[in-house]
Amino acid sequence: MTLIIEKETHARNIHKFVIKSPLIARHAKPGQFVVIRAFEKSERIPITICDKDAKNGTITLYIQEVGASTARIAGLKEGENFLDIAGPLGRPAHITKVGKVITIGGGVGSAITYPETKAYKESGNYVISIMGFRSKDHVILEDEMKVVSDEAYITTDDGSYKEKGFVTDKLREIIKRGDKIDEVLVIGPAIMMKVVSDITKEHKIKTIASLNSIMVDGTGMCGACRVEVGGKTKFACVDGPEFDAHQVDFDLLLKRIAMYADEEKESYEKITGKDKDGKE
Amino acid sequence: MAKNKIRIEMPKQSAESRSKNFEEVALGYTEEMALLEAERCLECKDPVCIEGCPVNVQIPSFIKYIKEKKYAEAAAKIKETNSLPSVCGRVCPQEEQCEAKCILSKAGKPVAIGRLERFAGDFALDEKTRTCAVKFKAGKNSVAVVGSGPGGLTCAADLAIKGYDVTIYEALHEAGGVLVYGIPEFRLPKSIVKAEVEYLKSIGVKFQMNVVIGKTMSLHDLFDEGFKAVYLGLGAGLPKFMNLPGENLLSIYSANEYLTRTNLMKAYKFPEYDTPIKKGNKVAVIGGGNVAMDAVRSALRYGANQAMIIYRRSKEELPARKEEIENAEEEGVKFHFLVNPLEFIGDDDGFVKHIKLQKMELGEPDSSGRRKPVPIKGSEFLFDVDVVVVAIGQTANPVLLEVTPEIKTNKWGNIEIFNEYGQTSMKGVFAGGDIVTGEATVIQAMGAGKKSAEGIDLFIKSL
Repeated sequence: MTLIIEKETHARNIHKFVIKSPLIARHAKPGQFVVIRAFEKSERIPITICDKDAKNGTITLYIQEVGASTARIAGLKEGENFLDIAGPLGRPAHITKVGKVITIGGGVGSAITYPETKAYKESGNYVISIMGFRSKDHVILEDEMKVVSDEAYITTDDGSYKEKGFVTDKLREIIKRGDKIDEVLVIGPAIMMKVVSDITKEHKIKTIASLNSIMVDGTGMCGACRVEVGGKTKFACVDGPEFDAHQVDFDLLLKRIAMYADEEKESYEKITGKDKDGKE
Repeated sequence: MAKNKIRIEMPKQSAESRSKNFEEVALGYTEEMALLEAERCLECKDPVCIEGCPVNVQIPSFIKYIKEKKYAEAAAKIKETNSLPSVCGRVCPQEEQCEAKCILSKAGKPVAIGRLERFAGDFALDEKTRTCAVKFKAGKNSVAVVGSGPGGLTCAADLAIKGYDVTIYEALHEAGGVLVYGIPEFRLPKSIVKAEVEYLKSIGVKFQMNVVIGKTMSLHDLFDEGFKAVYLGLGAGLPKFMNLPGENLLSIYSANEYLTRTNLMKAYKFPEYDTPIKKGNKVAVIGGGNVAMDAVRSALRYGANQAMIIYRRSKEELPARKEEIENAEEEGVKFHFLVNPLEFIGDDDGFVKHIKLQKMELGEPDSSGRRKPVPIKGSEFLFDVDVVVVAIGQTANPVLLEVTPEIKTNKWGNIEIFNEYGQTSMKGVFAGGDIVTGEATVIQAMGAGKKSAEGIDLFIKSL
């Protein structure tokens, strides 16, 4: 049982949880994730760790309501518990001083770029962060990201906040202005990571992506999360979750993460009585 | 009363009804049946059946208690050497072990030792009838056991009985390892595993779930916490694939994933439980071992019109237990022998639709002594499927070992041990079961856990 110390609903369908988990807090490094089974009947779902406080034994997670299990989690309050949480899993991000770095977060993916942006900054890099959201209502971590970035940009799809457009528009703009970019980190929806990867490949900029595969155990036991990287099968849970984006078969990833779209819709509607766009 | 000469059959659900539900197939002896079967034991002076048991269950002694209707005592007698009688009574290959040695097996009708073990074990499952083999006292020396599969549970129980303070660390949310994620409900109900785990708790074993040793804590952390020795019963936790084109298409599962979704996550109760699974109409399971049988029989229960085994040798070479093959046949599983997959072909959304198969013939015996399958040129054909389960085995999971270079492994990633007690190259660390031997049976893992418990006892006494 894992106690929820703090819960805030930051944006539509995105919930921040600070939970008590001293062992995970002690060992967690940027880029790693936890697997949560919040209730007896829930799925085991992987959630990347946003922040940790080893002294107080807490970790911070941002969880977006996308299916049945995350909808159940969304209903949890401070003082309640996650039934099971295991971690920190996956390989930590490999962050060193390389020069100028762009970190790109899409939606709740920004919660994962945040600790890595911080780590890039602490390693002595010049860090440009770009976060993209659907609209003003979805924006998270704006102030936190400013503190750890040399330049911080926000785009919204509908232009309701900061710059109208996609993260890729901003990325192109920065590349165009002639800065020498040494590394790009991209974490968000698979389609966004694919487009970013295509752009940086063209400009030969080393790019890391954190893959959001479907997982069950999260420890290498089942192979649900398999992805193809450089033509080889890898398990995102133990070989990743971060890989050289230019080697990743994003088309396969896009298909694999949609494998249970029909089943997810069925169970989500059963739990919430509404469809994913919030219609009753 | 005249001695019963007939080996008493155990009642089963009919093939017709059981192929449509996930409930246990074999129903167990009634008291009357157990008494009749127990009568058949000759109580040999020199009982060779015991030699056939990797954990040395005192077979004639427990059967004698059954004859005397002292069922709790029968269970206690088994538990002197085997902490999981209800599990072993169900999943051990007795036909190759104790029952193969039984004097009566010469006439083809050995005493049904497994069924009697199950009867006695089940009698002592709930709290009221639970029996402690030995009075124990929690000692001051503590031991950590990593992994709560059959080997870890056995090692922990034996150490607890020897007076150690034992804590089991398990990566998943439920205790039992392969007994809960791998073996299906219809062969081993999860309530049985739970009850056996409760028995371990009653003799003082502690359980820490959701702790991935190597990630949440290191082996060194365990020694820092004061544990004097560690047993690694990690299992063989990394599924093998065939590295064929199209193998990552959707609806192609490793047996581990297919069975974990089904057994641990209860996908057969979707949408009551959130975890889904692709049920499929034409389900092909590649492989011929017990795990393949578990997967293909699960597919039938999910409602597949055709649940099929694809095996590259012939029926004679199937490595699964005969009983499981017969059960599968009775339930309607189709077997395709002497065919080997070459490629998987999918539709536009990436779901598997066909397997390209090649026909095989049997050549000379290979190193395993089995005749080697040889491809027949030009015999390729397409086979329609909508779910595929790859059940060709597993290799060692690297999560703990890659961060613990002190522990030597062989070229397959299995832990090297240096004596009969499972001593590894790291001081105070013992290992056994699939992580040492590669894939084997539940009872072999238990035998290794037992041996390491002895080794750990000797080691701590020598400190």
